[in-house]
Amino acid sequence: MLDSIWLVIALPVAGVLLNGLLGRHLGRAFVSVVGVGVVGAAFALGAWAMTDLAALPEAQRTFTLPLWDWITVGNLQVPLTLRADALSLWMVLVVSGVGFLIHLYSVGYMQHEDARMFARFFAYLNLFVASMLLLVLADNYLLLYVGWELVGACSYLLIGFWFHKRDEAQAPVTLMDGTQVTLPPNLNPADSGKKAFIVNRIGDFGFALGVFLIWSTFGTLNFDAVFAAAPQAPATVLSAITLLLFMGAVGKSAQLPLAVWLPDAMAGPTPVSALIHAATMVTAGVYMVARSHVLYELAPGSALVVALVGGVTALYAAAIALVQVDLKRILAYSTISQLGYMFVAVGVGAYAAGLFHLTTHAFFKALLFLAAGSVMHALHDVIDIRRMGGLWRKMPLTGLTFLVGALALAGFPLTSGFFSKDEILLKAFQFSPGLWVLGLATALLTAFYTFRALFVAFAGQPRDWPLYEKAHESPGIMTLPLVVLAMAALLGGLLGLPAVLGVPNWTADWLAPVFDTHGLEAKHGVSAATEWLLLGVSAAVALAGIALAYWFYVSRVDIPARLAVALRPAFVFLANKCYLDDLYDAVLVRSGRQLAQLLAQGLDKAAIDGIIDGTARLLARGGAWLTQFEDGHIPHYALGMFVGALLLVVYLVVR
Amino acid sequence: MSQPLGFPLLSVLIFLPALWAVGVALLPRERHDLIRAVALLGTLAVFGLSLWLWFAFRPEVPGFQFAEQTPWVAGLGISYHVGVDGISLPLVVLTTLLTLLAVLSSWKAIQEEVKTYMVLMLLLETGMLGVFLALDLFLFYVFWESSLIPMALVIGRWGGERRIYAAIKFLLFTLAGSVLMLVAAIVLYLWGGNTSDLPQLLHTLPGRLPFALQAWLFIAFALAFAVKVPLFPLHTWLPAAHVEAPTAGSVILAGVLLKMGAYGYLRFCIPLFPDVLPYAVPWLSILALIGILYGALVALAQEDIKSLVAYSSVAHMGFIILGIFALNPPAMAGAVLQMVNHGLSTGGLFLLVGVLYERLHTRQMRDFGGLWARVPIFGSFFILTALSSAGLPGTNGFVGEFTILLGTFQVNTTYAALATFGIVLAAWYLLTAVRRTLFGPLALTDGRLSDMNAREVVVMLPIVLLFFLIGLFPNLFFERINPAVEALTSPAVVSVTYGEVE
Amino acid sequence: MSGVPTAWFLLLGAILFTIGAVGVLVRRNVLIVLMCVELMLNAVNLTFVALGRELNSLTGQVFVFFVIVVAAVEVAVGLAILVELNRLRQTADVDEVSELKG
Repeated sequence: MLDSIWLVIALPVAGVLLNGLLGRHLGRAFVSVVGVGVVGAAFALGAWAMTDLAALPEAQRTFTLPLWDWITVGNLQVPLTLRADALSLWMVLVVSGVGFLIHLYSVGYMQHEDARMFARFFAYLNLFVASMLLLVLADNYLLLYVGWELVGACSYLLIGFWFHKRDEAQAPVTLMDGTQVTLPPNLNPADSGKKAFIVNRIGDFGFALGVFLIWSTFGTLNFDAVFAAAPQAPATVLSAITLLLFMGAVGKSAQLPLAVWLPDAMAGPTPVSALIHAATMVTAGVYMVARSHVLYELAPGSALVVALVGGVTALYAAAIALVQVDLKRILAYSTISQLGYMFVAVGVGAYAAGLFHLTTHAFFKALLFLAAGSVMHALHDVIDIRRMGGLWRKMPLTGLTFLVGALALAGFPLTSGFFSKDEILLKAFQFSPGLWVLGLATALLTAFYTFRALFVAFAGQPRDWPLYEKAHESPGIMTLPLVVLAMAALLGGLLGLPAVLGVPNWTADWLAPVFDTHGLEAKHGVSAATEWLLLGVSAAVALAGIALAYWFYVSRVDIPARLAVALRPAFVFLANKCYLDDLYDAVLVRSGRQLAQLLAQGLDKAAIDGIIDGTARLLARGGAWLTQFEDGHIPHYALGMFVGALLLVVYLVVR
Repeated sequence: MSQPLGFPLLSVLIFLPALWAVGVALLPRERHDLIRAVALLGTLAVFGLSLWLWFAFRPEVPGFQFAEQTPWVAGLGISYHVGVDGISLPLVVLTTLLTLLAVLSSWKAIQEEVKTYMVLMLLLETGMLGVFLALDLFLFYVFWESSLIPMALVIGRWGGERRIYAAIKFLLFTLAGSVLMLVAAIVLYLWGGNTSDLPQLLHTLPGRLPFALQAWLFIAFALAFAVKVPLFPLHTWLPAAHVEAPTAGSVILAGVLLKMGAYGYLRFCIPLFPDVLPYAVPWLSILALIGILYGALVALAQEDIKSLVAYSSVAHMGFIILGIFALNPPAMAGAVLQMVNHGLSTGGLFLLVGVLYERLHTRQMRDFGGLWARVPIFGSFFILTALSSAGLPGTNGFVGEFTILLGTFQVNTTYAALATFGIVLAAWYLLTAVRRTLFGPLALTDGRLSDMNAREVVVMLPIVLLFFLIGLFPNLFFERINPAVEALTSPAVVSVTYGEVE
Repeated sequence: MSGVPTAWFLLLGAILFTIGAVGVLVRRNVLIVLMCVELMLNAVNLTFVALGRELNSLTGQVFVFFVIVVAAVEVAVGLAILVELNRLRQTADVDEVSELKG
């Protein structure tokens, strides 16, 4: 099966061509079957390939499949080669598995779109899956970059899917003292998509330079060749390479300082948010760092930067999520925050833990988004949690699955999120207790804001009765993926149980050949007692966060209201997303546009073209001045001739 | 000097359009559709011939192929000498393809004096093909100038409101440059032992020219080409000409005429004056960089979408010049490929803008908005072309930009970094154009707006297919380009400029 | 060889030439201007012949024939213009025709 791994990409591409070119003539049923089917088939093929790979001895679990010579110029040779090893196949399964469920869900969710848009949506979604699979199956940095850019383009198209929509104002928050806090409006889909693409391109700027530097250092872009040659490379070059590559990851995975695009990406259809902006694409950065782990291990400074950026971003995003009123945006900030965790993991060298959290996060975050989408579906696109309440009764299945997702995100003991987050916290503790404290604080906030959203939206009494009356449970094609993902979110922890339990950690074992971590565990090991203690602490923190949310938003709803008044500046600061968007707008976007105007009007039109047109005008005016001597009177011409002849004679005589 | 086909393919290729123009001129003036059909047939035949050339060309054979040489002005040692190598081959095919598409795209847009228009387009094709195939300095000069006049006439007669201004500006800029080139060519002719034959000059000149003279000649040639490319700050004729030219004129102008400048650098400046290169490379690279960043920023500030595309050309041509003067195989081959890419994607953008202009009679982006909902086929083509222009992987633009930047990175990381930042800006202005044209609420109040018709789709289809063909299988081009580029970047040239590279 | 000294011929030529030149400059009637041009040409002819005899060179004599031919042509063209001008403008005054001004 491994020989046919290219089919995993080719199938979704076929779906793109079929649905993109003919979809609107073929009918919804056909489009759905093709769109969902190709991803399901890709998942099946991926799983098959994984069993084939598992059958091989560990040392040989790297399979490469050269397809064709892509670019050959001088000494630059980039073959189009796919690489199936433990890591890439793991990612293939996550992408196509979660992708399949989200495709299925989309059939229900996008039912209201007309035939053309319906087909277009599935074409985009298939294109995204193909690009993402190319990204994870790439055998060299250039191909990785190709997938990397392509997923960005799909993200751009999908965020702007409803391109005709305008900005949406958010109702201001009225505090208890009667004053209002205005909230920034939600950016329209078209601008959000553009913003996402450009911010990503800024990150890719670094990524591209990293790729160039890799080539000029090693003379190859092939992963294995680069990793083999890396130990001989100078440390400064390796630091530069890893930092530049990480710049790409910062953009793609929405870390500080390029985190601003992800919340606005929520303007896209909810399945897109679930698939691209939660489960898969945004985790590409984590995958890339894990894939390049050899380089990061040789550049500990860069690895530290990765971990620190991750830790700070995790806390930053969690803090903003505390005050958001838009359900999808709460989840978006939580995604940024959880991605921060993953970077902490890969930054401290716990690659398997990072990948494990990536996987469980894909399950529970996709679940949460899809459940949120189910709510939007029921409430006709209302997403402000202040207009919800009591939804539990109207949509029990959605409510229940959201609860499962929330438990996993909050790190409730024994859910998948608990184990994966704990694994990261453990590794962070071993690396530096400071980082661990950062992670723990984030965990507390995470549990709190997740359950704040849950309690406000699903518990209590309806706040908007007419809306509440209209609410209804979503159709089976949407709830089925919810249930499947809920099972995964609940039980996904089994894939990576902590070592202290004395059971095998399947994730770590499977990925061990890639990360070559067999010996590492023992070196950094902490005592079983410490590990139990850490487990207990994170469980307690998760429970505390949930309890706090319950206290604030169910039993004593006046407390958060009074807190908002008391801590008004902090509240305003967080409600405005720490003013990061405004800062960029003022410093980069607006001054960039002003510079452009200045160059266009001042330099180009006035100065350069002014000089050139001025020269032309000067010549024309000189000519006009000379024409007065050409007055058409023959005697004048004759006089001129005589005078000239005379002067000639005088010259000849005098000479 | 092989003649594998037994008949002068290149001469037929060059002069068939001119002969055809004579035929078109004999047709009755008022039979517009007949004239269009005959002209289309002619460009189709030329395109077919160029495809034949493409497949008959043998990538593994170095040097010029299909060469023909006969004395022209025998007494002065000037000969009619044409030949094709891996650098000119892609440009020849690009020229014939774009001329074909330009003729097809002006089916409805040109309604007045159709006959004159078509005759001029065909004559223009002869001039352009001659430029890319000539191997004699004076022959090159003759073709160079003869491509100028039909273009100026097309702008001046069928252009927009300020067409006369634009046509004269275009004519004067280029003439000013090419006069310098003529003087330099005469000096070369005299120093080269009374020959203007390029291969012969390359053989006899090295070591014969004093350095100062080389420098002056280089400057003369470089200025002529810089106007055509155009390099900052000699670019201001370009937006004027583009905005005023009819759609087909813009397509040819951006697609082919600008390439003549870049081609001139490759064909003359680099091989003839190797000693000057170390001093010239920083200047030209920096001008190219300014073009990249400046063109992108100015494009961002444009309200007229055609002018936006015109400034984007300044930026894109900057990449090409940067790649050429990196003087290593990846960058230079990438630059040659990028010439084709730019011809396709910018040509495509101009064609699409033309489609819109024919319907709405405006090019101001404030009049657009939300069009994708109304014209989905147009919208899809526009997004695809814009993304190709922005260098999306999988399409042609990526391969060209990547190889150029990677090659440039080898010789100067600062240049490469700045140019890479230009790609960020490219995304900004291109997506802004898409945003303002296709996205947002529908701005149109007038109800009538039809989507692209079959003819317009047929015009765009080959372009879009080539996006993916080049994007996925660039080696089809590189295997032809590489030998020619490697000859130009031979160690002798490069080591003089950059010292030994590894 | 005796007779009138060459200097006299040259002097006469110079006088005739000057009269012609002044006439071209000051007279306004096109017909008179043309006649003055003729006068100048013939002054030159006289000079040619005189100097040709003085220097024993045939070139001077031959040149005169050329000048006579050119003068005839010039008169033909000039008179044609004059006739045409008269038909268009009903005038022969050079000051009234300045169509060629830049």
